[in-house]
Amino acid sequence: MEQLIGNNLASVAGFRPELVLTFGSIALLVLDLVLRRSRSRRALLAGAAVIVLGLAAVLLAAQSTASTPLFNGMIASDAFATFFKWIFLAAGFLTVLIVAQGDDYPSPRVGEFYGLLLAVVLGMFLMASATNLLTIYMSIELVSMVSYVLAGFRKSDRKAAEASLKYVIYGSVASGVMLFGMSYLYGLLGTFDVLAFAPKIAELSATTGAAGAATKLALVVAVVFVSSGVGYKIASVPWHMWCPDVYEGAPTPFTAFLSVGPKAAGFALALRFFLGSFAGPMGANGMAESIAGIPWPAVIGVLSAVTMTLGNLTAIAQTNLKRLLAYSSIAHAGYTLMGLATLSALGMQGVMIYMLIYLVMNLGAFLVVIVVAEATGSESIFDYSGLVHRHPLAAIAFGIFLFSLTGLPPFAGFTGKWYLFYAVIERASGPAGFWYGALAVVGALNTAVSLYYYARIIRAMFLEAPHVTDRVAPKLGYQLMLGAFSAAILVFGIWWAPIVEWSQRSMVMLRG
Amino acid sequence: MLHVGLQHFLVVGALLFSLGLLTVATRRNAIGVLMGVELILNGANVNFVAFNHYVTGGVSGQVFALFVIVLAAAEAAVGLAIVLAIFQTFRSIDVRLADTMRE
Repeated sequence: MEQLIGNNLASVAGFRPELVLTFGSIALLVLDLVLRRSRSRRALLAGAAVIVLGLAAVLLAAQSTASTPLFNGMIASDAFATFFKWIFLAAGFLTVLIVAQGDDYPSPRVGEFYGLLLAVVLGMFLMASATNLLTIYMSIELVSMVSYVLAGFRKSDRKAAEASLKYVIYGSVASGVMLFGMSYLYGLLGTFDVLAFAPKIAELSATTGAAGAATKLALVVAVVFVSSGVGYKIASVPWHMWCPDVYEGAPTPFTAFLSVGPKAAGFALALRFFLGSFAGPMGANGMAESIAGIPWPAVIGVLSAVTMTLGNLTAIAQTNLKRLLAYSSIAHAGYTLMGLATLSALGMQGVMIYMLIYLVMNLGAFLVVIVVAEATGSESIFDYSGLVHRHPLAAIAFGIFLFSLTGLPPFAGFTGKWYLFYAVIERASGPAGFWYGALAVVGALNTAVSLYYYARIIRAMFLEAPHVTDRVAPKLGYQLMLGAFSAAILVFGIWWAPIVEWSQRSMVMLRG
Repeated sequence: MLHVGLQHFLVVGALLFSLGLLTVATRRNAIGVLMGVELILNGANVNFVAFNHYVTGGVSGQVFALFVIVLAAAEAAVGLAIVLAIFQTFRSIDVRLADTMRE
């Protein structure tokens, strides 16, 4: 007992950024009330949110990245979690910057938005470091529940209300199914500690005959159920149905956040769950094998192929830009799942690099949607015609982001795709290599399909004559952000060594 | 005399879960859908407590069930608030009416 309490107290030292986010979130809700009548309310609240995120960043930077279990093994502090925590902090920070300048959140309620946004960031921190079924469930629910509220944040907006209703129904069913799977996992393995799963699974699958087969089947069913919670967060088939409607209905800055933050958190959780407890340690060649020969890689590979194909084929027919980007984000979840399916060090690194680059290019794409929506009040692709004559910077930046999303060199998206495909092709010469080869071919074909609908937007922007007039010019802050995002995409498309080295250093994960 | 064992609890849990899924899939009333979600969560809870009693011992399964109950309450609060917002904009809580964005 003494020891348990002692460990909990000692763990607080490795939990400082999370504590800052917890208290910062509450402080912002209080500050929102205190500053109710202040004239510079918007600026002060945005400043407070930036300060909380900055403080969390300072403490995160000061924190050791050595792999240690915290709170008696409920969560882990390691280099892998730290890498993703930086992505979440960046996503939160950039969202605050976008919201602070825009009109999507009216002044009376913007403080609540910042407070809740910090709570989502906290939930994502916990998702990236959860090592116990209880913390996995709690962190996913923390992110989900606050997201339901933020999606429907605009009162008396039909689309937003509809979006949040669909989000809450799909989300709670997905997490309920995950919970049911967890209950079977608990019954089969006798523990909630994810890091203790591997030996138990090996032990279970040692039983032969009918009982062994039944146990294995129950295990597979339980894990498929559990993965519904993760699949829902990353928007992979068949848990993607909420994605287009919520992306279209939610306020655009939050859509942008949703497409990069929770998706990265879901992948962090999936990497830890599948590589940490259902795969053996990585060998000298950087490849792991799934424990007891249970075919997770095949399941994930099929999901990956179906997800990217469905996302890309449906995106072709879309005319609403937010909806198009929603299907594109489903397709990108499919590409990234390829890295998970390889169960190798290279695949894991590919996922990490891709999520980092995807953060910049997708936030950038949504920022252009915000800029155009403020100027024309429309999200339709038809109002993007001749954008280069109206807002040259926005049009050029959008072109860069779209080419980067396609994965063409010399843009950063190429670097990300390169690592994912490389990981798959590395596997293609080993056992079951044919299937990995097939997955790579499907990925390549999908990239070609995605070029078709991305190019449609680019053609509208650059080759067609403008037929709408804009009400306002893009704000200076937006222009600066667009410039910075485009510069980052161009720089990291040519000089990717820093990203690769950083992700290389961050591949250390706490194991049982 | 019938002896109540782990299997019986698991059957009850699975039934609750299936009925919950069925409710979510067939109900038109948004509150009915949320009640289906509660059934799903409670199906899992029965499993947690049963496994805890018959298989693992200790209290961790029961503690998990308590956490789930708390989260279910929070989820219901958020869900009902959203249903209220739906009623204010659509004047109805029929989930089929709130389906205007599909193309």
